[in-house]
Amino acid sequence: MLWLLSWKNIWRNKLRSIVVITAVTLGVFAGIFMIAFMNGMVEDRIKSVIRTEISHIQIHQPDFKENHDFSLRINNADSLIQKIIQTKYVAAVCKRIIISSLVASAETNTGVIITGIVPDEEKKVTNISDKIIVGKYFEGRGKNAVVIGKKFVEKLKVTINKKIIITLQDINKNITSGAFRVVGIYETDNTMYDEANVFVRYNDLCILTGLNDTETHEIAVLLTKNESSETVKQELKKNFPELEVQDWMELSPEAGYLVSAMDQYMIIFILIILLALCFGIINTMLMVVLERVKELGMLMAVGMSKPRVFFMIMLETVYLSLTGGLIGIVSGYIICKHLEKAGLNLYFWKEVYSSVGYSSFIYPTIDFQMIVFTTWMVILTGILSALYPAYKALKLNPAEATRTE
Amino acid sequence: MNIIEIRGICKTYDKKTLPVHALNGIDLTFQKGEFASIVGPSGSGKTTLLNIIGGLDDPTDGVILIDGVNITALSGRKKTQFRMKNIGFVFQSFNLIPVFTVKENVEFIMHLQGISKEEREKRTNELLDAVGLNDKKNNRPNKLSGGQQQRVAVARALASKPKFILADEPTANLDSKSTENLLDIMEKLNQEENITFIFSTHDSRVVNKARRVITIEDGKVISDISN
Repeated sequence: MLWLLSWKNIWRNKLRSIVVITAVTLGVFAGIFMIAFMNGMVEDRIKSVIRTEISHIQIHQPDFKENHDFSLRINNADSLIQKIIQTKYVAAVCKRIIISSLVASAETNTGVIITGIVPDEEKKVTNISDKIIVGKYFEGRGKNAVVIGKKFVEKLKVTINKKIIITLQDINKNITSGAFRVVGIYETDNTMYDEANVFVRYNDLCILTGLNDTETHEIAVLLTKNESSETVKQELKKNFPELEVQDWMELSPEAGYLVSAMDQYMIIFILIILLALCFGIINTMLMVVLERVKELGMLMAVGMSKPRVFFMIMLETVYLSLTGGLIGIVSGYIICKHLEKAGLNLYFWKEVYSSVGYSSFIYPTIDFQMIVFTTWMVILTGILSALYPAYKALKLNPAEATRTE
Repeated sequence: MNIIEIRGICKTYDKKTLPVHALNGIDLTFQKGEFASIVGPSGSGKTTLLNIIGGLDDPTDGVILIDGVNITALSGRKKTQFRMKNIGFVFQSFNLIPVFTVKENVEFIMHLQGISKEEREKRTNELLDAVGLNDKKNNRPNKLSGGQQQRVAVARALASKPKFILADEPTANLDSKSTENLLDIMEKLNQEENITFIFSTHDSRVVNKARRVITIEDGKVISDISN
C-alpha cells in the first residue's frame, strides 16, 4: 500500500510532476544520445584508422617508423607473408615500400610519402580502392600509374590523367626521378591522410629505386576482429623477434587513447547530467514535503514509523526519477538504434570533421551495458535526491505538524 | 478499570528563554467506556494534554500510564508502535489522505499493522457501515462533505481497534447538522461497543453530549464533573 500511496502522491500536482519527469527525460535522452553519438564517431574513426590507414598490425625493421630509413628493409617478404597468413585470426596480409619523396607537378612541388603497393593484395587489407572518387584504382593501366588524395590534388594543382614527377632516393642513395600518370583520386574521411599519402605500384617503385621485389619496408596485417590484435601481435612478436610488431593502438596512439578514454568520458557525462537533475529533484521534493507537513504529521501520529515515512518520500522521488529516466532511456535507445542503421548526415560540417579525421556521416551506437548503467544511475540519483527531503520529513514533530495551517 | 492514568503532568515550552507553562501538574484518570470532554479557553492546555496522552508530545514532568504502560518512558520507535496499536486519533481538519479513497484511508492503518487483506476488507466494511458511509467507500475525500470526511476519520481511528480515541476539536470545522450527526455516531459507538472517547473542544454541543466534562485553565484542572 505504501508503494501505491507513493505512486499516487506523485500525481497530486500533475503539472509539477510532469515538468520534473520531462526534465529527467530530456536529460537522460540527451545523455544517451550524446554517448551514442560519441561512440559512433569513435567507432567510425577507429574503423577508418584500421581499414583505411594502418590496418590492425604492421611489421617493420626496428626504428623504421621513427625515421623512414630507406635501408631498413625486411628481406624475404613473400615467405614471411606466407607464414603470417597461417596465423589464427589473420584475414589478409600485404607488403609495402614506403619512401619519403618530392612530388612535382607543372605548377608546384611538395614533399609526400610514396607507398608502393601490390593493388590486389592491398585491396584485401585496406579500402583505399573503395574511396576512389575520380578515375580508377590501377585497373587496366600500364606502368607508372599513381593514385593520389583529393586534398593532395588541390595542393599539387593536377587533374586526372596528368603526369607528376616523383623524385626519391634509390638503393644506391642516388637521387632518381620518374614520371607517373594520375589514374585515380581518392578521398577518405581524413584530409590530413589524403594530403600526405600517394600510392604507386610496388613493381614500379622497385624498378625506379632498384629494389629487389622480395624486399619491403612494411607488412600490413588485417585481422578478422579488432579484439584479436593483442593476441596476434604477441604471436607474431614471438615468431619474428628480430622485427618490430606493432598493433593499431601503438601505431595510432590517439585512436587507442580514444577507446580507453571513451568509457570515462561517457560516465563523467552521464554523472554531470544526473547531478544537475539531482538538484532539480531535491527542490521539487522539498516543496512536496513542505506542502504535506500536516498529512505527514497525521501519518506519524497514527503510527507510521519514521523509516516508513522516509521510505515513502524516497519511493516518490525514485518513481519521479525512474519514470522520466525510463522514458528518456527507451526513447534514446529507440532513436539511437534507428540512427545506428540510418546514420546521421552532418554534411554541412563535413570540412570540420574531415580536417580532424572524422566522417561527417555518423552512425550513433549504444550498447546494452551502457543502458543498464544509466538505469542504475537514474535510480541512484533518485535515492540520493530523496535523502535531504526525506530527512526534513523525519524531523517533523507530529503534534505540531498536524496543527499546521 | 483505569485505562489512562495521568500523574503530575507538567509541560513547559522554551524552558531556557521564555518559559511557558502549558500544563501545571495535571492528575487525571480515565476508565474504559468514558465519553469525556476536556474544555477550556484557548491556550488553557487542552491540546497539549491531548498530545501528551496520545504520545505525540513528551511531558516535562510526570507520568502517563495507559493500561499500566508508562508511555513517557518509551523510545520514539516503541511509542509510535504503541500509538498505532492502542490510540485512535481524530483531528480538527480531518487529515485524510487525499489521494486515497475512503476505503483505502480506513484500511491504511490496518495495512501498517500487517493485518491480512480479507480481515482488512471485512473490518473496513463494518466501520464504514457504522459511520454510514459504505456507499461512498470508493470516493476520494474531496468528493465528501466536511461531516462525511470527519466520519471517515472516526472510522479510520477505530480501524486499529484502539483502547481509546482522542479527538482534538473534531467538530470545529463542521456545521450544526454534521456535528449532530457525528456526535450521534460517536455516542452510539461508545454506548454499543464501549469505545472510550476523549475530546478537547470549545463546542457546547459536544460538551452537552459528554458524560464527563473536565475544565482546564492555565494548565490546571479546575473542575471535573461527571453526569
